[in-house]
Amino acid sequence: MSDNLTYLGMEDQYKKYELFFGPNHPGMNGNFSYILTVEGHTIVKAEPVPGLLHRGFEKLVEQRLWLQNISLILRICVPEPDINELVYSRIIEKLMGVEIPERAKFIRTIVLEMSRIGAFLLGFGGIGGTTGLYTAPNWTIADRDYLLDLWEWISGARVYHMFILPGGVRRDLPEGWIEKLQKTIAYLEKRLPEYDRLIYNNPLIVKRVTGLAPITQEDAIKYGITGPNLRATGVKFDARKNVPYAAYPYLDFDIPTQTGGDGFARVIQRREEFEISLNLVKQAIKLMPKGEVRAPMPNALKFRVPKGERYVRVESARGEHGFYIVSDGTEKPYRMAVRGGSYTAGLIYAKKALEGMRIEDVALWMATMDICAPDFDR
Amino acid sequence: MNYKDKSKLAPLSALKYLFKDPITIRYPQEEKEGYPGGFKGVSPKYRGMHSNDLEKCIGCGSCSEICPTDAIRMVEAEDVEEKFGATKERPVIDYGRCCFCAFCVEVCTTGSLNMTRDYIHDYVSPIDKTGKDLSETISEEFIRRPDYKHEENLGWNTPDEYSWLELERVKMEELKPSERDHSFIEIVKGFSKEQATKEAQRCVSCGLCTEVCPAHMDIPEYIQSIFDADLEEGLRQLYKTNPLPEICGRICTHKCETACSIAHRGEALSIRWLKRYIADSVPLDSYKKYLGINYIKQIDKKIAIVGAGPAGLSAAYYLSLLGYKTTIFEALPKPGGMMRYGIPEYRLPYDQIDKDINFIESLGVEIKCNTRVGKDITLDELHKTHDVVYIATGLHLGRSTRIPGSDHKNVYYSTDLLREVSLGNEIPVEKKIVIIGGGNVAMDITRTLARLQNIKYGKVDITTTSLESEDIMPADREEIVEAREEGATIDPGWGPKEIEIKNGKVVGLHVVKCLSVFDEDHRFSPKFDESQKKFFAADMVVQSIGQAMDLSYISEDIKSKLTFGPRGRIKVNENFQTDLDWLFVGGDIIQGPDAIHGIANGHTTAKAIDDMLNKNK
Repeated sequence: MSDNLTYLGMEDQYKKYELFFGPNHPGMNGNFSYILTVEGHTIVKAEPVPGLLHRGFEKLVEQRLWLQNISLILRICVPEPDINELVYSRIIEKLMGVEIPERAKFIRTIVLEMSRIGAFLLGFGGIGGTTGLYTAPNWTIADRDYLLDLWEWISGARVYHMFILPGGVRRDLPEGWIEKLQKTIAYLEKRLPEYDRLIYNNPLIVKRVTGLAPITQEDAIKYGITGPNLRATGVKFDARKNVPYAAYPYLDFDIPTQTGGDGFARVIQRREEFEISLNLVKQAIKLMPKGEVRAPMPNALKFRVPKGERYVRVESARGEHGFYIVSDGTEKPYRMAVRGGSYTAGLIYAKKALEGMRIEDVALWMATMDICAPDFDR
Repeated sequence: MNYKDKSKLAPLSALKYLFKDPITIRYPQEEKEGYPGGFKGVSPKYRGMHSNDLEKCIGCGSCSEICPTDAIRMVEAEDVEEKFGATKERPVIDYGRCCFCAFCVEVCTTGSLNMTRDYIHDYVSPIDKTGKDLSETISEEFIRRPDYKHEENLGWNTPDEYSWLELERVKMEELKPSERDHSFIEIVKGFSKEQATKEAQRCVSCGLCTEVCPAHMDIPEYIQSIFDADLEEGLRQLYKTNPLPEICGRICTHKCETACSIAHRGEALSIRWLKRYIADSVPLDSYKKYLGINYIKQIDKKIAIVGAGPAGLSAAYYLSLLGYKTTIFEALPKPGGMMRYGIPEYRLPYDQIDKDINFIESLGVEIKCNTRVGKDITLDELHKTHDVVYIATGLHLGRSTRIPGSDHKNVYYSTDLLREVSLGNEIPVEKKIVIIGGGNVAMDITRTLARLQNIKYGKVDITTTSLESEDIMPADREEIVEAREEGATIDPGWGPKEIEIKNGKVVGLHVVKCLSVFDEDHRFSPKFDESQKKFFAADMVVQSIGQAMDLSYISEDIKSKLTFGPRGRIKVNENFQTDLDWLFVGGDIIQGPDAIHGIANGHTTAKAIDDMLNKNK
């Protein structure tokens, strides 16, 4: 008997086994999963299994009126829904040749940066969550609530704002809102040193993330990795700077970069961009002009977009977020495709990155890469 | 900063938060102070449960149309009152589907639908804190018709400037007063393709207009066809219920626009001008092709129609489509009735009347002009030679004010003068004219005479006075404004007392202040303040206070077999059939002066005649 077992252990085919890393693991988001082939604690092969979360999503968009879709497309990303509204609205505006009012551009910028801050906060929590430091998510989710209060005040809803519309934004800012926003930003700035003490100066976390799955610049470019992950490798590219939109051309900011592209570089990159975002909100508040917030738009029930196609991208907290939409000149989009911020990172690059990694690092790797399954799982 | 400056004890600083209050609410509907203005709990503009003002709501269904999750259904409500320009349907919301986007509020045409700060949450709150068991409320409120329940706690609403509807009309181009006051050129220029498409885009296709249109025209459908740039379809939609689109597109009384749902917040759609756009854009020689009229199988039945006005022409069109041999007998030299002889050319050019009528004639309808029934041919003769006779002779007699001096030869009726102008005859135009009347006909004669005065004397001196004060004058607002632009003085709110005659000549009109026109029961019973007097000097007075019918051509023998109702109107059934099987009566003489009513009952009559003759077969 024991001879038999020894014999089996020596056979190569029994050395490896398959491990399902999906919704059964708290570090995974959505219904996405990786099937890992593991030898001991080390992953030898990783196979992503997409298609169970937002299946048919893009098809659904084709069956709704242009404006009805505003309530649908933002569901692609819960932490940061506003980028979807912006991309969608900008495509429509470009196809229709509409110029939006200046004030609307600034309000959009403020809202986008707020949502980026919110997404980063959840990201910080993710680092804590995957390393067992549950104080971090408790803090960041609570602090994000202050931002949700602000959204609730301008848009009537906390998570799905549906605030950015083709032509501008849905409402002007209510009285007292800017003051509350300034207070919130000041509060978050005050909290930063505490986050540093809790997360970024925490020797445990630093040790776990340092050297974790480093990305080389060549790989980052080859695999189409964007956003903070790309910048962590030292490439200075940011859609806000390189293909400016909303009020970003008016704002003064410099995007930081890191070197090495390992887990630590990626985490610190986000931590530094968080500070930039706080600063951008403050600048936008100062420069915001008075005036209209929405350009005149056609009746929502007879809303037609001229024939044409467009790809528009913005910088999300996870990278380049873009929609490709084809209009055939009718009341509904003809075709739509989504390119989420972590599209290549979570789907294609994962195959390469996960190879040779230890099982316990998979969830942490996802957190440091800020991989969000709804970005690509459809 | 140096992130590697790490300390094992640093994370312990978090312990100081252990005894702080939580930021978030601990259970649903916990009332936490959060927003300025004393708002507790959720934000002042929260998107929670719906609230609908059932009285204000018109049941247009736009909310249901825009709903992205198909959560809103329009359901007929028993407990709401019927009112003009509204259905009895009200929205019912399925909260299992609702995503609280508030798009329904953004497109609400009346502003009756709002969202409130009340919300339910699928989570049981501590009863000792909220005083209610939410789980029960949830089951009660899952599918419900929003009403006044949460009215006290309104949240998200849509002011006009944020509405997703287009509230402003596309401006119709018109001739300037200086360009039009010397001639009878048509004032309204009509829409271009871009303008018409833009205007059509404003429509929410609620269909409330169809409901109130006497002819029940398929208005949303033909507006959609303009939006789709499919005028072929548009023309088909028009001719389904109205064979006089060129005419109606210019002079219809447009009840549809009064009922338009957009008018609750903004300006009603220019439905009339859109109809005109379709008719104007399609050339006459394409009509048959577009309408698919190739061959009509003839039926061996003959129908005589007396009067080539809207009712007669409409009946003739539909009867001839069915294959009946139809002949119209018209007393005046040209067909069109009041549309030609009552409406001035600057509102309705004669060539446009001809376009509509020529098409009807092209289907085989025979129009015998200059043939006055009762003089050139009798009704009995028509009865003998035709299976059915349809009378639609209209209101061509003027009504008199019966005040002293109104029988003077320089006191005229507007109907007579307008007819003479259309016939091309010269009419008396004095230097100073007073017109009595506040309706659209009074405005027509005012503006016609103003033009003639301009041509003859180079200046306008016309005063138009009516019993009704300006806010209740029956004339269209734009008619009053345009009449003033053309130099006429409109001085409403006076009751005519006497036309002063000196040395056999009209000198002017004495009036007294009119305090009210109708009594509490809305009956005509004017009250005057005799102490407030005024005198309008004039060489000529025109009375334009209404029209009357002339039924003298009906022989006593036939009259004795008919029943007459109030104001001398012949009694007819719902199909406009009189007590005599072979005799139908319609148009203004049954329903009062209005072209679209005439068109509508011409259509109804045609169907009724067809039914009757088919039955007799």
